[in-house]
Amino acid sequence: METVKEKKKGTDSKKTIKISGAEAIIHCLLAEGVETMYGYPGGAIMPVYDELYKFQDKLTHILTRHEQGATHAAQGYARVSGRVGVAIATSGPGATNLVTGLADAQIDSTPMVCITGQVTRQLLGTDAFQETDIIGISTPVTKWNYQITEASEIPEVMAKAFYIAKSGRPGPVLVDITKNAQIDAFDFSYEKCTGVRSYKPVPKPKMSAIQAAADLINSAKKPFIVWGQGVILGQAEQELKDLVEKTGIPAAWTIMGASALDTSHPLNVGMVGMHGNYGPNLMTNECDLLIAIGMRFDDRVTGRLEDYAKQAKVIHFEIDPAEVNKNVQADVAVLGNSKETLGLILPLLNENKHEDWHNGFKEKYKIEFDTIIKNDIHPTKEGLTMGEVIEEINLASNNKAVIVSDVGQHQMIACRYAKFSQSKSNITSGGLGTMGFALPAAIGAKMGAMDREVVAIIGDGGYQMTIQELGVIFQHNIPVKIVVLNNEHLGMVRQWQELFFEKRYASTVMVNPDFVKIAEGYSIEAKRISERKDLKSTIQEMMASDKPYFLEVKVEQEDNVFPMIPSGASVSEVRLK
Amino acid sequence: MENKWFTISVYSENNVGLLNRISGIFLKRHINIESLNVSKSEIDDVSKFTIVAHTTEKWVHNIVGQIEKQIEVIKAYYHTDDETIYQESALFKIASGLLFDERQIQNIIKDNNAQIVTVSRDFFVIAKSGRRSEIDEMHDQLKPYGIMQFVRSGRISVTKDEMKISSILKEF
Repeated sequence: METVKEKKKGTDSKKTIKISGAEAIIHCLLAEGVETMYGYPGGAIMPVYDELYKFQDKLTHILTRHEQGATHAAQGYARVSGRVGVAIATSGPGATNLVTGLADAQIDSTPMVCITGQVTRQLLGTDAFQETDIIGISTPVTKWNYQITEASEIPEVMAKAFYIAKSGRPGPVLVDITKNAQIDAFDFSYEKCTGVRSYKPVPKPKMSAIQAAADLINSAKKPFIVWGQGVILGQAEQELKDLVEKTGIPAAWTIMGASALDTSHPLNVGMVGMHGNYGPNLMTNECDLLIAIGMRFDDRVTGRLEDYAKQAKVIHFEIDPAEVNKNVQADVAVLGNSKETLGLILPLLNENKHEDWHNGFKEKYKIEFDTIIKNDIHPTKEGLTMGEVIEEINLASNNKAVIVSDVGQHQMIACRYAKFSQSKSNITSGGLGTMGFALPAAIGAKMGAMDREVVAIIGDGGYQMTIQELGVIFQHNIPVKIVVLNNEHLGMVRQWQELFFEKRYASTVMVNPDFVKIAEGYSIEAKRISERKDLKSTIQEMMASDKPYFLEVKVEQEDNVFPMIPSGASVSEVRLK
Repeated sequence: MENKWFTISVYSENNVGLLNRISGIFLKRHINIESLNVSKSEIDDVSKFTIVAHTTEKWVHNIVGQIEKQIEVIKAYYHTDDETIYQESALFKIASGLLFDERQIQNIIKDNNAQIVTVSRDFFVIAKSGRRSEIDEMHDQLKPYGIMQFVRSGRISVTKDEMKISSILKEF
């Protein structure tokens, strides 16, 4: 807004200035504190790009190599920084290429604003060149969307877009702007949005619910916490830690909640879900009180719902009323922002230790360690495992890296074995399971947290879905570390084929190119290793580099991820092999 | 859980695209909208959707939660049939000659408490409001004589209990 104010001073005392819609969009972005955006130009968005050219000293635009990459980069940026990610594209195919990223951000509650160009107002509905109904297409995968057809709508709609994207349960917003609205001049002034009449972002916590929850927690003998991303989005990490430490309740996390509490915290008992830890899954069906905090009981977490925690009372701390009683019936629902509700309940809770109960988790961990973890991270067989690679990254980064994972076996292994000592460190596509997420998301993550080490862990399948984003890393010299765990297969699908489809490996064998040569084609330092003796030194070399670095690790081709709750089975039926 | 008839009432802003958002929530769950009506409501500048669906209470609860989450939706409710007063309206277009040739048609109109809306040289139009079954019954009675056109509206309904929408609006 500085520029606007300066101009105002220079001209007259009026509160508005006459500028084009395209310039107004830039001023809106600057007023919202946007510093970085990701996108791809094209015909219907060219007036905005022309302004981006003029404002390049204030606003960095990163040209991704595909619009999907722009959305995932914006997501990565948002997830590490807590700020709104911004992606921009042209109409038609530019807009439709955003859809996967929008859906990913919607299901994983990531604040993102996408701006698309649209054909001029008069051409709407004429099947004009690169016209597509992106409002219709994006409706089910956006928190809100809006088509601007007049320049004068821009300030109010942009302000609303940012407000909606980041408030309450965050999500993606798409603003579609016809070309005439970008070109036309109007009297611009900007005011941030502070509320929308029909939208209540955060329910007010009810003290009666807080008290009822506190009573249940204080009287529980075998209480168990499962937290999700709501703790991170609500910035309630400290409150969670205080609660766990005061009450002595063992706590586990969903994939989206990872890193909210230090992995090495004694009461952090691991991950729940399909490939989560043995103890937390089994104990879900043994606890007498399940305390769910900022999580939504995804089917990958609950397994068969009919057999999920039926013996337990359930407390659900949740910001989104539509999540309460959606999948799991709550005995007490505590609505509100997690920071506020956990802060309110804390003084009502008794200090406690649940040693016997906690020991049960430790015993289960020992079983899991002896049968699975040991072989995963300290293997004695010849081939390299994904787990030992993650373990070496932990050691080389001192558990401080941001781990960005793609989707599949390597993702489950990364989430199982990565150690986190600070929040917002596990960036992965949780709900949508979007292969191709990691490489562009790692670019955004690095730019959103330049002081942090960002390591992308990617399979050989997903890597090739957005491999073109190496061009961004090359062009802008973004020092992300890319680790491709190459098992020459679409590993997770292959695992399911082995276990549930009698080893009929339909279309899961990958014939891969020379990944090192490809990276080198982008002038990125690249190495390939296939032997254990080279692992530690190469990972140390990679982590010590201050430049982009590509590492391909040839891992065992037919390893499986365990424990596993087969699809549709109960959490009690978690398999160790 | 058994399927029942539910009437969903949605109070909202009057914005382009909201209908798409709301119908998409049904589409995603593969649940059919049996009837849909949009009109103004008792509050100035607030629209009201009246949607009828045949589903379980679990799903209608889920759907109403998702509808209410939409930014431009102020409040959504669901009710069973015995909690509401509801009606539909229908128009029958019949060839004018029949009105004079078939005296029974006049009886049908009278017995069903229907009204003749307009009469022209070629056709006349009968309006009938009431429950779906009443309209269906009248349709069956008229059918043998030949119906040139027929249309029935979506359900409109009011609840027996108060919907505290005005006080909710003040809270925002």
